[in-house]
Amino acid sequence: MKLTKTIHMAFGSIMSNKLRSFLTMLGIIIGVGAVIILVSIMDGVTGQITDAFESFGMNNITVSITSRGSTRYVEPEDMYEVLDENPDLFTYCTPNVTLQANLKSQTSSESERVSVTGIDETYDKINTLVTEQGRFLQFVDIDKMMKVCVIGTYYEREYFGRGEALGKTLKINGEPFTVVGVLEEKTDSTENSSDQCIYIPYTVASKMSWNRTIGSYTITMTDANKVQRAKAVLERKLTKILGSSNFYRITATQEILDELNTILDTMKMALVCIAGISLLVGGIGIMNIMLVTVTERTKEIGIRKSLGAKKRSILTQFVVEAATVSGAGGILGILFGAVVSALAGKLLDITIIPSFFAVMLAFSVSVAIGIIFGFLPAKNAANLNPIDALRFE
Amino acid sequence: MAQGQVECPVECREVCADMNKIPFVEFRNIYKIYKMGDSEVRALDGVSFSVFEGEFVAIIGQSGSGKSTCMNIIGCLDVPTEGTYLLKGTDVSKLTDDEQAEIRNKTLGFIFQQYNLLPKLNILENVKLPLMYKGLKESEQNKRAMEALERVGIADKYHHKPSQLSGGQQQRASIARALAGAPSVILADEPTGALDSKTSAEVIDFLIDLNMQGNTIILITHDNFIAARAKRVIRIHDGKIIYDGVAANDTIIRQTLLSQKEGEA
Repeated sequence: MKLTKTIHMAFGSIMSNKLRSFLTMLGIIIGVGAVIILVSIMDGVTGQITDAFESFGMNNITVSITSRGSTRYVEPEDMYEVLDENPDLFTYCTPNVTLQANLKSQTSSESERVSVTGIDETYDKINTLVTEQGRFLQFVDIDKMMKVCVIGTYYEREYFGRGEALGKTLKINGEPFTVVGVLEEKTDSTENSSDQCIYIPYTVASKMSWNRTIGSYTITMTDANKVQRAKAVLERKLTKILGSSNFYRITATQEILDELNTILDTMKMALVCIAGISLLVGGIGIMNIMLVTVTERTKEIGIRKSLGAKKRSILTQFVVEAATVSGAGGILGILFGAVVSALAGKLLDITIIPSFFAVMLAFSVSVAIGIIFGFLPAKNAANLNPIDALRFE
Repeated sequence: MAQGQVECPVECREVCADMNKIPFVEFRNIYKIYKMGDSEVRALDGVSFSVFEGEFVAIIGQSGSGKSTCMNIIGCLDVPTEGTYLLKGTDVSKLTDDEQAEIRNKTLGFIFQQYNLLPKLNILENVKLPLMYKGLKESEQNKRAMEALERVGIADKYHHKPSQLSGGQQQRASIARALAGAPSVILADEPTGALDSKTSAEVIDFLIDLNMQGNTIILITHDNFIAARAKRVIRIHDGKIIYDGVAANDTIIRQTLLSQKEGEA
């Protein structure tokens, strides 16, 4: 007997008892739906986190110098030297000097406490910043310790108004800085967003800081996959300069992201397992209803056996019927899951696309559940004694 | 194969087609004993008989006589407690369940009292069932099933569900299902039990026609008038054969027919 014929027959018997079939499927629908929704949302969240990290620069390595105030410190020249020696590993390097400073415009009397970052001219390339108006900091600004700054749109709007900032002056700790560039809006120009930023030459910044040293460096690699080698090269150099590996810390964005992804994946698996429990319950529901079906159709089984149906034919018929119920439930569950994840995506404002993998997995698992849980009832049916089955009323 | 020749009862010598052939159905001292608590019921108590190709045999008996048990054993639906049942020379008790299913499919065609059509399938699909289990191609199944439906005269009803047909038509459909597989033996278990007398007569006429065309038919009945129309009658009482021979020579059938004539007169 052909499988297509058997499936066709199975559909016939599902359709002849729609309400019962639907209720049987419900467990599978909810289970499959839950798996798809959870996997999709987790994928969406992971994607969003990855995107956020990528905007920091996936190839970035941050070197933090922790030996502040000691007699040994790392000069920018040391770092540039490492870069020049390893052109296959590194592309750019910028010192980072972060200061808490009082900021005010020339005209206002009140100042605010803000964070100012001292950098070099490669910073915009490392962090993929785009200068919308004017220019970014240049080598000459760094070299000549020019009192210039590049600001984000938050300060542009707060102090000057749109497009009014270029050439104007901001006072940082009382010293006047000329605005030479305004960055492209990254988020929405509000306070505490990434648009609230102010960059000055690191040479100026370090002179303004309390210990006149450089706290950290950001370095870009040619390739994120070379992170282990890059770290080794940096460690060797830094240990040589600082005398101990305790005085610095190297963090690669890629590594943080990897760790985060591991945590998220574990979380995803845990959630899928919980959703899997409802699939199990759905499977038991199918087994239950198939046992009832076999009892109800004992007479039919007897007739089929009297006409020459072998055990295998009966077994196949009932296993296929169970698999068809659960497979149909799986398809409905996939649709249900897709719709709900799309809605959740809208609600949470993240991009959610049900993965092909999740859909295929959910469908195969649901069919497998039908086969596994349909097997026992089908075996009962196949083993019925023909005369007892035929006489059953 | 060492085939023991079974002596045909004297009365039926004339109807036995060929004594040297292997019988289609052969019962050798068959017992079927049911244990009911402490007591045991002997449904068949040492029954032996043979049915040869081309015969039309009625197995008659009152309810509880053991005729249904007899039919179940002939149909490979049940196995005897003791004794040997040979179907076309094969000892059925030595076959596995699946081999029994295959032999049912190839050698036997069943006609039941309650028709036993599957209510959810249409007539054509019902008739196709034994052909499907034979493993025939779909086109061949359709062809043979339609031929069988034409033979019983309900080919125009092929797409109807059983419940849309009258009892007589349903029984014809079940006859078509039995015929479709071209079986060696057609087993009819009280085929007229659920039908009115006019339709019953039609069904019996049809079975006689089939027998004329060379089909071997075993009919199980409790009705003497029906049995009277068979060539040979095996009367079972309390699990034992009390008569085996031509229908006209059975005392009970003779009395029944006589009393009917008197009633008409």
